Amino acid sequence: MTPQRLLDLYRLMSRIRQFENAAEIASQGGVAAWGLAASAKPALVRGPLHLSTGQEAVAAGVCHNLERADMLTSTHRGHGHTLAKGADATRMMCELFGRATGYNKGKGGSMHIADFSVGMLGANGVVAAGIPIATGAAHALKIRKQANIVACFFGDGATNRGPFLEGLNWAQVYQLPILFVCEDNRISATTPTPAMTAGAGAFARAQAMGIPSEHVDGNDVEAVDTAAQKMIGEIRAGSGPRFLHAVTYRFKGHVSVDPGTYRDAKEVEAALHKDPLIVARARLASLGMTASDIAALDAEVKLEIDAALQTAEAAPWPVVGDAYEDIMTTGAGVWL
Amino acid sequence: MTITKMTYAEAACAALREAMQADPNVVALGEDLGRGGVFGQYRGLAAEFGGDRIIDTPISESNIMGSAVGMALAGVRPIVEMRVIDFALCAIDEIVNQAAKNRFMFGGQGRVPLVARMPIGIWSASAAQHSQSLEAWFAHIPGLVVATPSTPQDNYGLLKSSMASGDPVIYMEHKELWGTQGDVDTAEAVPLGVGKKLAVGKDVTIVTWSRGVGVCMQALEQGAFASLGGIKPDIIDLRTIWPWDRAMVMESAARTGRLLVMHEAVQVGGFGAEIAASAAEQTGCKVKRLGSPRIPVGYAQVLENESRLSVGKLISATQALLKQ
Repeated sequence: MTPQRLLDLYRLMSRIRQFENAAEIASQGGVAAWGLAASAKPALVRGPLHLSTGQEAVAAGVCHNLERADMLTSTHRGHGHTLAKGADATRMMCELFGRATGYNKGKGGSMHIADFSVGMLGANGVVAAGIPIATGAAHALKIRKQANIVACFFGDGATNRGPFLEGLNWAQVYQLPILFVCEDNRISATTPTPAMTAGAGAFARAQAMGIPSEHVDGNDVEAVDTAAQKMIGEIRAGSGPRFLHAVTYRFKGHVSVDPGTYRDAKEVEAALHKDPLIVARARLASLGMTASDIAALDAEVKLEIDAALQTAEAAPWPVVGDAYEDIMTTGAGVWL
Repeated sequence: MTITKMTYAEAACAALREAMQADPNVVALGEDLGRGGVFGQYRGLAAEFGGDRIIDTPISESNIMGSAVGMALAGVRPIVEMRVIDFALCAIDEIVNQAAKNRFMFGGQGRVPLVARMPIGIWSASAAQHSQSLEAWFAHIPGLVVATPSTPQDNYGLLKSSMASGDPVIYMEHKELWGTQGDVDTAEAVPLGVGKKLAVGKDVTIVTWSRGVGVCMQALEQGAFASLGGIKPDIIDLRTIWPWDRAMVMESAARTGRLLVMHEAVQVGGFGAEIAASAAEQTGCKVKRLGSPRIPVGYAQVLENESRLSVGKLISATQALLKQ
């Protein structure tokens, strides 16, 4: 890998990390949840915020290999995928803040973050629900004889839902141009996934359907990038779906206000040492980047995220009438 | 003007064929479509358009509906076949959380122009899991259109309007109507949200749809209302459940002062309750509902009949309303 490519990947990961950290702080206060009391000052991000902190290498390593016209579906933990697909951090932050200038005009928030203009067809509030949608988008590419592909992200928890089986089978039956990415953070909400999963898990299930599959260290952005590049090349060449199983770790709780105390402290500590940004920094250092070069890059990213926060806080709210827009055309105007 | 005699199934097939000829992005997907669909409502289409556009699918209702959402977002206009509405319950997340809400929750970035065909109703002793009428479920969900054609003409016209609407449409054909013959004027548009007057009268308003229309027509043909002192009912086929033709219903209910809503679906929580309540609020008319008791549809004829509409039940309900 060239130093420049690794640097690009690192910048993407830094943007995701700093976006998540900023959103996390902005989500504090507000609602009482997970044993924590509500604070008097309402949070700037009111709704549930599922952070991908610690999982940045998967989003960056896969999406760096996508073209703008490629499509992507994501999960409730979707900020990283969205940024990596090319969405604008400011419009994303505006959406998290519930502002009219957000991607969804304040109608969706974090769980429905999306930027259709870059092919990012949406995060989803329902586990595994993006899988059938992704197969449909890939099927549309086949029907319309378009050369692009679809990347479909989901978590390990999704592999226990029916649409996972249905979607993988579908993609293989019709030989669709789709990369399934199981972003395996080893926990389903607050329950360890292995305890809830029969057999050898995600990878074995994909293999059982004959989909060429690979394991990858999801905290090593170079490894993810290399595997994704190969698989996406094969998909673009017309050889049907591929399945990438990337094992990573969720640094935060299920949602931002969840302290995650149900996890073993030693396990968390060990995972923090394998932080994908630390791994990438060490590799950059070995390629000749100095600590101050990397710090300068991080500082540049901080400016971008700070500007996003400032813009979002000053952005206008939706107006009441917006609640009645973008619903349907047939019979619009009659809501009772 | 081209008028052709065809069945309710053939009318839908003709509408779909025209749409597929006009737009290469129109496709149909569902189980067994390659062999014409279980009711023959896709007969001949696979030979004409090929397997890439008349798509035989695995028995995977979640993915059939969910992939149709993805197709729609990516520029295809899918017609989704659910075989019977009871199976659409296996795709309820994809309908309710994905198709219906996509446009709103993503702030209008995308639209989901799909037509989900879900044959409803009691047919051929199909028992509890193949006989339901669930229009009220889908009428409850913001974002969905719900259509219930009762004639070949309306099946032709409403399917065309549904495909052209750009909205997700829950399209409910009644299984007992597939073989119904009728004249279809291919030049006649049937817009969504517009009811049809089946009889003009002054004494009582009867609103119905789908299989209920045939029961009303049978009552008229038999002169069954004569037993109620020769009253003249004003009868409306609603044709679309959402959006429903309020203007037509309210005009009639205000004039007659009495409204009966009749549907094959379970009466409790049925869409008839919505219409009756709306009409009572707006016009002060007296109201009555006639639907199935809240029992699963039974297999044996005597059990199944308890869930069916009939001329006898219609006349009794009308009589009770007149006595109010």
